[in-house]
Amino acid sequence: MDTKRLIIVAVGGQGNLLASRVLGEAALLANVPVRMSEIHGMAQRGGVVESAIVFGDAESTIISDGEADVLVGFEPSETLRALNKCNGKTVVITNLAPAPPFTVAIGKGVYPDLNQAQELIQAKTSKLIAFDATARAKEAGNVLSLNMALVGALTQTGILPVSEGNVKEIIRTKTKHAFVDTNIKAFELGFSAAVDA
Amino acid sequence: MHKLLTENPGEKMILLGNEAIARGAIEAGVAFGTTYPGTPSSEISLNLFQMSQETDLYFEYSTNEKVALEVASGAAVSGVRTMCVMKHVGLNVAADPLMTLAYVGVKGGFVVLTADDPFMFSSQNEQDNRYYGKLSGLPILEPSSVQEAKEMVPYAFDLSETLGEPVILRTTTRINHSTGIVTLGEIRPRVTKGDFVKDPFTYVCVPAVSRKLHAKLLENIEKATAISESSAYNFTKGGGLWGVICNGVSYNYVADAVKELNIEDKVSILRVGFSHPMPEKRIKSFLKGCEKVLVVEEGEPYMEEAVKAFAQEEGLTLPINGKGKDVLPRLYEFNPAQIRECMGKYFEVPHTPAAVVDTSDVPEIPQRPPNLCAGCSHRATYYAVKKAVQEEGLDAMYPSDIGCYTLGFLPPLAMADFVICMGSSVSSSCGFSKVTDKKVIGFIGDSTFFHSGITGLVDAVFNNHNLTLVILDNGITAMTGHQPNPGVDMANFNLSGYGRISIEELVKALGVRHVTVIKPYKLKKSIEAIKEAVKYQGVSVIISQEMCTLYAKSLKLLKPRAFKVSDKCKNHRDCLNELACPAFFLEGEKVSIDPVSCVGCAVCAQVCPENAIVPLKSEK
Repeated sequence: MDTKRLIIVAVGGQGNLLASRVLGEAALLANVPVRMSEIHGMAQRGGVVESAIVFGDAESTIISDGEADVLVGFEPSETLRALNKCNGKTVVITNLAPAPPFTVAIGKGVYPDLNQAQELIQAKTSKLIAFDATARAKEAGNVLSLNMALVGALTQTGILPVSEGNVKEIIRTKTKHAFVDTNIKAFELGFSAAVDA
Repeated sequence: MHKLLTENPGEKMILLGNEAIARGAIEAGVAFGTTYPGTPSSEISLNLFQMSQETDLYFEYSTNEKVALEVASGAAVSGVRTMCVMKHVGLNVAADPLMTLAYVGVKGGFVVLTADDPFMFSSQNEQDNRYYGKLSGLPILEPSSVQEAKEMVPYAFDLSETLGEPVILRTTTRINHSTGIVTLGEIRPRVTKGDFVKDPFTYVCVPAVSRKLHAKLLENIEKATAISESSAYNFTKGGGLWGVICNGVSYNYVADAVKELNIEDKVSILRVGFSHPMPEKRIKSFLKGCEKVLVVEEGEPYMEEAVKAFAQEEGLTLPINGKGKDVLPRLYEFNPAQIRECMGKYFEVPHTPAAVVDTSDVPEIPQRPPNLCAGCSHRATYYAVKKAVQEEGLDAMYPSDIGCYTLGFLPPLAMADFVICMGSSVSSSCGFSKVTDKKVIGFIGDSTFFHSGITGLVDAVFNNHNLTLVILDNGITAMTGHQPNPGVDMANFNLSGYGRISIEELVKALGVRHVTVIKPYKLKKSIEAIKEAVKYQGVSVIISQEMCTLYAKSLKLLKPRAFKVSDKCKNHRDCLNELACPAFFLEGEKVSIDPVSCVGCAVCAQVCPENAIVPLKSEK
């Protein structure tokens, strides 16, 4: 089976680990070998959370620079920061709603211009799908569902060996009962955002 | 029911490495467990602790790793299957009992789990704990995958009982925090009661006894070597003339590289999963079948040195390399592309490096370092100490310790000057205060104080050092994910039957004459109290009490009470520049407060010279 490598970057609290878990469970449901790796610890204290998910026949659980088939960024400046994980064939999906790091507020850095960021990513990779996933999540009923909006967009690309049906089934059975409806709604809104992108 | 207690052999589950290890312990019939939490090992303990509340498994959060290992030794010597869990540097703390328990041995299986952290994702060093195998003489097992991590635990228990001695299971972060599909096995029934049979000439390590026991340990190493030779965890794959000897996660990168370089018919891999004692005969015969060998191991050249010694004994002169110049580094963790490139170069195979996009024209992206949380009481304490020191005109230095509060070393707080290990804040303060003219103010968290700060404070009192120790008591072991410690009210965990130690009473009982308790959110009072404490000649202790905001949130103890910056703001920016709470952000040139992050600690409201920071909703 072909190997597909996915990197997800997010800010602590954006639900990256749940998104990874949903994709992992969907792979298990589809009988696709899957391995993931994530860095815990300091993330709850406002740092960057990076997950690597390797689908298909491979032993490694981490992904080297330049080797991601897909990069999903839950925050635009983090997507840009993770560009070193990409090569010319990588598909990039990013949320466009910024969550500026604190260093910007204390004058220790300038938040990148979103148009320039998109142009740069577009020029260097094979495809960029960019939309305001935070707005879609709010539309679905809960800003915390932004992870599911991005999982929806990712599923729409068809790059990963997991189907829309599998992912939705996992959202229904493995995410918190009270959030299932908003999660499914956010997934669908993200899915259609990727169609339009 | 806890998912790791599922009785359904053959079922497949997606598990975190640490969950898989906890499951492995359950399958092995572990009946007694101890720990001191530490990343990347913490979730093993968390899961065992949770399961202990539903079953007859005993699991405790011990005061520190030395205590954890000693508590565990009592159970293991009495014949009960026991596990002791810690991070790599924890084994330094527990090294004293470990070294002699290796002489004495155990009756029930005893597995010591130590989690190394190559690249230091959340640690102060990246020491390679395989050397503890050599140092203690005990067996070391190292898994390469999540599934194997689970399988190795019951194997480790059996091995421990076969040899009658503890077994060290050594993981690295990329095992602990990787997730994979795991097939569940049978759960062996727990045996929770044992018996201690008196035998002072085995158990009382006076010199005459230990001389005999050391000889027994050496005999045991011979037995362990024989088991290592035939262990299924030391296996070979492929049959080519190019040899690769590897362990742990490096094996995964090697296996993927061999496939991607298309050299499956040219390479033989020897995966070493039982790495102390090394399988000498197996390695020697492997070397004889190779014309060139590469040793792929993160960390130190632990295997490489052994392999080279074996080659020398056999008079073999084939090239063997690993940590040589321009081959592989002793620093940090490996990654798949690095190993592929290294193998391509070493075995002279054409290979194309990963085509990483050129990021030279990407503008510099602002850093996102971890930060003290919005409303964290440590920020308030740091601010208060800083102000008190300024107002007293003191030239101060701040030895600090291991915990969330270490994050206060970043500007603008910049309140940590020296950090090496758990407990060092107070003891190093003793030394600093003796040889410098600075006012020395140490910082230590509640859990770290219990772990290894108490003895340092005893030293300070006994030797009459001149220092102030600030104990940051947020009522929980926060950094590793809110574990209990001896000062915690266990009612917060819905658990009863625990004792609780008052830090204030303890510190007074140690003979500290100047003890002050402050509530750090009350800035003015805190600053005044700190001024008194730092002026005191001798040992003074300030206990700063305020529950960790994240923990308070999880207990639903926080009432939402966000603040806002009102029109009175004249943009002094003291709030931003001196406190730097992450709830602040700039809206144009004006400071604003994110009402979602703000927990209403009101510290910024007390700092603002214009009293411009006010509750978002006026209070009724």
